[in-house]
Formats: sequence, structure tokens, C-alpha cells
Amino acid sequence: MAVNIYDFTELTRNIGSGLQRAMSPGWARATEYVIIGLAFLLFYAVTGLYIIYGERRICAFMQNRLGPNRVGPAGLFQTIADLIKLLTKELIPIRNADKLLFNVAPFIVIIASFMAIAAIPFARGLQALDFEIGIFYVIAVSSLGVVGILLAGWSSNSKYSLIGAMRSGAQIISYELSVGLSLLTIVVYSGTMQLSGIIESQANGWWIFKGHIPALVAFLVFLVASTAETNRGPFDLAEAESELTAGFHTEYSGIRFAFFFLAEYMNMFIVASIATTVFLGGWMPLHFGLNNTFNHVMDIIPPVVWYLIKTASVVFVMMWFKWTFPRLRIDQLLTLEWKYLLPINLVNIVVVAFLCLMGWHF
Amino acid sequence: MRSVINYIKEILAGIRTLWAGMRVTGKYFVSPGEIVTQKYPENRDELVMFDRFKGEVIMPHDENNQHRCTGCGICQMNCPNGSIEILTRKEMTPDGKEVRIIDKHVYHLGMCTFCGLCVKTCPSNALAFGQQFENAVFDRTKLTKILNKPGSSIKKEVK
Repeated sequence: MAVNIYDFTELTRNIGSGLQRAMSPGWARATEYVIIGLAFLLFYAVTGLYIIYGERRICAFMQNRLGPNRVGPAGLFQTIADLIKLLTKELIPIRNADKLLFNVAPFIVIIASFMAIAAIPFARGLQALDFEIGIFYVIAVSSLGVVGILLAGWSSNSKYSLIGAMRSGAQIISYELSVGLSLLTIVVYSGTMQLSGIIESQANGWWIFKGHIPALVAFLVFLVASTAETNRGPFDLAEAESELTAGFHTEYSGIRFAFFFLAEYMNMFIVASIATTVFLGGWMPLHFGLNNTFNHVMDIIPPVVWYLIKTASVVFVMMWFKWTFPRLRIDQLLTLEWKYLLPINLVNIVVVAFLCLMGWHF
Repeated sequence: MRSVINYIKEILAGIRTLWAGMRVTGKYFVSPGEIVTQKYPENRDELVMFDRFKGEVIMPHDENNQHRCTGCGICQMNCPNGSIEILTRKEMTPDGKEVRIIDKHVYHLGMCTFCGLCVKTCPSNALAFGQQFENAVFDRTKLTKILNKPGSSIKKEVK
């Protein structure tokens, strides 16, 4: 096979060995960390801002409005202007708040989502952390964010924040099960927890296509559960505006509030990219059949673009959910999880295990 | 067994109704109907406000520069924050009767909350709400307006 120009393994390895030659191993490693950190920081900020912009435009179109369209062409710089505004705003100190926890909470939330982003495979070789237990790592890290939410609610010295945080806790504990189990179905199919390995196992077809109905069920369950896990509508009880002002971040202002806001949207991006990686073939192009022109045309599109297209579509579906469905009550939320999603998931995983044992999947 | 069937039916019915909802918003997303957002500074020329819009209090005058205000002062009494001052003067009619006519109907736009009590309580319907809403000025004194035009008089039929 000819050299694949879309394979980043060589490039990253060359950069690594170049650094090793130029300086001592310790310094090379440190430089690598700094480069990766800066790249992810930039990616994080830009993606977060443009998902927020996208959400505002999409919800506007769904409501027959226009949305932000003044700052820059088609309002593209609106969220950047908003960020600058939030940076210059006053950080209001809260009386009787637990100062330390109050200040730490936004950072915990944002660090949790930042850690999860490191494991996401953007293309072959374009992945900062490729653990053998990648899925396990992502699930563990992405649910750390709720600690920040609980701390924010607890330390704010406000009943709205506390109620919002408690709701969020109940929600995450419930829906984490469904997220984990639905990902587990694909782990059973592909036989590996390594994210790059899961993508390689989809070279001959995405799991949502070749995984029969159980994969489809798992995908739908994952969509619902991950929407709930990211505290987004219709499951945004943690910040139910009509009941709790703004929920757990009621007392936050300025850039600390922006951290919560950005982390919420980046969590949406992260769960969308997990869905892409696990169910929709990651950066694998769309193929029909084995060897035809359509497949070759699809191969020309770079994997990063494929990855972004798929992630953006999942993000769009989650926004579609938010702007269509009314918010659930807390008892309805728990009923949905414990009486519907969890039993379906358990049956589903048994079916998948059976299919794999019999070797009935592709 | 029946409960299991009902359970599955419930789930399918739930999915169907959710999909029905998503179809509606999806349809609006791909083919938005009438966009309700007003592109304000650009459409300033053709912008038409609706009838019930409370812009500012005005006193309509007809083509003969005549209004309907008798200067009774009911609007002044009803104004909750003193935005209206009625200045009247006495005048002798040709047949020797002394009548009160309006001299100045002073309206402080800067204090007005647009509650509409003056318009509602006016016994002779002399006041109305205008459609003008671009009221920003650089000098606060410009917000104090005389509603009756200079040289105007009261209509004959309003007495």
C-alpha cells in the first residue's frame, strides 16, 4: 500500500524523535507535554466557542428566529466577543461562601472535560493518550465533572445552587450506568477497550451498521443517557432556569461562569466524539460494499474531516433534542433511567454477548 | 406476559411521540417559516409598529391644528410618577363667560413608565400613544415635551 498521507503516526513520531535528538530526554518530554497541552487548549477554546455559536444559531432557526448575526460575517465572532466581555466582568465574592471550594469548582469541571478530550482519536496517530482501557478512562474522567458541580452547589451558600447540584448528582449516578453499559455492548462486539482498536475494528463497517439491532439500541440509549449526563435539555434539571434561576452556577459570575458554560458545551462535544468513535466508526470514511468508486471518493476526504462531520452531526442531534423536548421532572428522569433505559440495556448486552458467542456478527 | 407487551408498547409509543416532536422542529430548521426577527436598523424605513404599541404619549391634532384637550387635569392627577403637568389659563368667551383652556400640556418623557393611565382616563380622548420609540437624546431637557402644538385650539364639539 502506498504511503497514506492521512496517517499522522509517522509525523508525530518524527516530531517526537526530533525533540529527543535536540535535547535531553527530560526536556524533550516536557516540551512534548507543553506542545500537546497548548494545542488542546486552543482546540478546546475554539471548539467550545463555536459549538455555543452553533447552538444559538440552530435554536434560532428552529424557533423561526435569526440568532446572532451582527458580529463578523453571519455573527461568527459573536461568542468571541462574549468571551471578551465575560473576561472583563467583575467576579462577585459571595458572603459566607466556602471561598476555596467556590474558587476551585469551575476548574474541576473544566479540567475533567479537558482530561477526557486527550483520549479522543481525531485521526490515525492523532491521539494524545491511547490507553488500552481508553473507554474506561473516558467514562471515569468525564464523570469527574459532577464533583465540580456538587462543590459549586455546596460552596455557593445558596439554596438554588444546592438543589441544582443535588439533582445533578442524582442524575449522574443514574445515567452513568446507562452510558457505561451501552458502551460495553460495543466493547463486547469489538473485543477491546482501546479507542484506536475499536476504530480499527470498524474498518469494514461501522458498528451501528454491522452490529445488528442491539448496536442501534445501544446507540439510542447512549444518546439519551449522554444527553442526561451532560446536564443538557431535556435533562437540564441541574440548572432549570424556571425553577432554580441558574441551578448550580447561580452565584458565579464573569469568567468562572464562562468556565462552567464552556465545560458544558465541551462535554457535549466529548460525548458526541465518544459516540462517533464507538458507534459511527471514528475517523473511518463511509463505505458501501467492498471495492467501488464511491469508496475511493470517500477515502479522499481526510479522516479528521470525517471525524468532525460525524461529531457535528451527533452534536446537532443533541441540540435538536434540547430545542424540541420539554424538561423532565426529577421523578420522570429517574423513572426513565431505572425503569426503561437500564432494563433495556441489560437485556441488550445479554443479546450482544449471545450474538458474539455464536459468531453471528460480521 | 401482558405487562411485558404493554411495557414494549409504551416504549414504542414514547419513541413515536418524541419523533413527532422532533419532526416539527426539524421541519422548521430546514424550512423556516416567516422569520420573526426584525433586522432593526436596516428596516427602519419600512418598520411598522402594531396598533397597541405604547411608544410615547402624544396629543393628536387635526388639520386645523385643533386638539381635544380641555385642560381638566385628570391625566395629571392619575399619573403615578408626576410625568404630566397641566398649565391652564382663563379666557373670556365673546358672550362674557370665563372658560379654562389649556396653555401647556407638559409631558416629561424621561419619567414616564408608559403605564397608559393618562390615555385611559382622559374623559375627552385627547391623549393617545404614538408609534415613535427612538427616544434616546444626549440632553435630558429634550425629554420634556409640550404636547399641544403652538397656536392650537380646542375642537368645538369637545366642551
